[in-house]
Amino acid sequence: MMALDLSQNKHSDVSMDEKDRLFDEVKSDERWEHVLYGCYECGICVAACPSARFYDFSPRLIAQAVAREDTDLIYTLMSDSIWDCSQCFSCDRCPRQNSPGQIITIMREVAVKNGLGTAKEALAGYGRIIYKIMLTGTQVSPDMLQPDAFPDWGTHVYEIADNLDDWRRALPPETLHTTETSWVIDDKTIIELYLIWHMTGVMDLIAGVDEGLYDIIVDVMEERLEEAGYDDVTFD
Amino acid sequence: MSFSDIPILKAEDRKFKADPTKAPKSDLREELFQLEKEGELEVQRVPDNYMELTTKYGRTKKIPLEKTWHHKSCGQCGHIPGYSASIFWLNRQFGLDYHDPTDQTSCTAWNYYASATSNPEAQAAVAIRNFAAADEVGYFPIIHCGTSFGHYKEVRHALVHQPELRRKVRKIMEKLGKKLIVPEEIVHYSEWVLAMKDKIAERQTVDMSMITATVHPACHYHKLVEEDAIYDSEIYGAQRTAIITGTLQKLGINVGDYSTWYDCCGFGFRHILVSRDFSRSFSVQRKIEVMIEEVNPDVTVTHDTGCVTTLDQSQFAGKAHGKKVGLPVMSDSQIAALAMGAHPYKVLQLHWHNTDNKAFLQKLGFDTDKLWAEFQAEIKEIKDGKKQYMSWEDADR
Ligand code: SF4
Ligand code: SF4
Repeated sequence: MMALDLSQNKHSDVSMDEKDRLFDEVKSDERWEHVLYGCYECGICVAACPSARFYDFSPRLIAQAVAREDTDLIYTLMSDSIWDCSQCFSCDRCPRQNSPGQIITIMREVAVKNGLGTAKEALAGYGRIIYKIMLTGTQVSPDMLQPDAFPDWGTHVYEIADNLDDWRRALPPETLHTTETSWVIDDKTIIELYLIWHMTGVMDLIAGVDEGLYDIIVDVMEERLEEAGYDDVTFD
Repeated sequence: MSFSDIPILKAEDRKFKADPTKAPKSDLREELFQLEKEGELEVQRVPDNYMELTTKYGRTKKIPLEKTWHHKSCGQCGHIPGYSASIFWLNRQFGLDYHDPTDQTSCTAWNYYASATSNPEAQAAVAIRNFAAADEVGYFPIIHCGTSFGHYKEVRHALVHQPELRRKVRKIMEKLGKKLIVPEEIVHYSEWVLAMKDKIAERQTVDMSMITATVHPACHYHKLVEEDAIYDSEIYGAQRTAIITGTLQKLGINVGDYSTWYDCCGFGFRHILVSRDFSRSFSVQRKIEVMIEEVNPDVTVTHDTGCVTTLDQSQFAGKAHGKKVGLPVMSDSQIAALAMGAHPYKVLQLHWHNTDNKAFLQKLGFDTDKLWAEFQAEIKEIKDGKKQYMSWEDADR
């Protein structure tokens, strides 16, 4: 297990003003007032936390840092630790009604939105999932079960990959005969999903973490939106 | 002293009877109906044929038995498709009216919890687009995935309490030509299975009394918006959710208790995709090995996409490391269908699961070689071009 370096001013290349600004962005989230009420430092969240067992990671440390508004430490945690969280919300059993998991969700969003280098690193290798969900409407699909993607799942994955087409045809629900998506999805539905991504600014988030992926997604989407008769997808 | 020396479950003599008037959280449905009166949103009502189950703080929740719009799970349909096939098979066996839509998207919460490359407006808009699609055809959403279920409960909660979010989502829906409509209840399919348990048991053809199972309740089922999960004073004294356990016990299965029941499965959203060392270690060391050491069950049963996948797939690497593994993993829908005589390969599609489940099937009296040959005969007909797909009729032959 790699020990987490929590030394003060570890990220001295980033100004305190910038660290304060990022934390202000975290605090301005509409969910903020429901996720932190102070911290007893009881450690109940740590006892319930799966990630704390296998990483140098602590939901208590995160709750404490944000409760104390220690923006230097918060920046350090935002640059590393937050990506260890499993987002299981076992820590919601906090006696103070905090949700360290949701504090982390918000911190992750701010890290992605601001293109923090570590967010890019944490999401390396994740592009195929983003690609799937943005463009096809189902997040994962049968054809993702390939031995090179899941070598630790053993020979079983070879068997699935080798028989994929026939095994999909041997599924009684008529909607499940697909391989590139998990079920049949109407074109109109996919177009509606693209419009949601555009209207909610999600496309800008993707550009911030992976510009190459963004270009590919935009190419495909724009063509399909145009075909469907949408030339203006701007939204207030 | 080992874990197994500790009497973990004292629930039998400590029954918890919740009083809804003392619930620590307000009833969101009342706030929903109030917002509807104010013209802020529309509420989709649970259709007539429903059953009421009790939730954590003693309120009741309406579980629709038919006219259900099946909000499928991408991980289930994509990687363990017998899970969803079993849900549909059960509906068909009871002749219930259900709808399997093609205008449904994933909830996209897997991506959201993994990568944060989304935001609350997008997440809420995706949810409401799906809900509106269900309402348009007159069916009520029933959610297959534990994470979609938990996430949609959070979305509903946020929409009720955040006027600005409602405004944004309403505008997006206007652009899409859809309503801002929210279901009266957010229902998980395993609640439907639990509600149907007596009917399922009436039609049980496979004796399961020799089976011992462990249960893993999905985190996003009972930890997110926890007041909405099903509890029953007869199951764990209502100190834990009754989901899955209530169904299995009705089918005559002995449910064994283990000390790490509250732990997650190790899925981790981003971990299962790009940091699987964590998922494998957690799943094997904190769940599977503990279950085997403390209970030595024939099967472990859960009710979420990520949980079945992680608990099942992680055992391969565990075996290579000499860990105590080899425990079949299934969903409650598969067990319920099996109890009613569904084909283990044509309906339950157990060949998509990794950990060997033959010994479990054989203990139940199934001739696994014969059943596999029957499935292979279907595959041969598909390969030979005699048929394009296996139908529901073929699956029941
Ligand atoms: S459980 Fe809550 S109060 Fe206790 S340490 Fe964790 S965040 Fe703080
Ligand atoms: S949500 Fe994150 S911090 Fe909370 S218990 Fe799960 S892994 Fe730990």
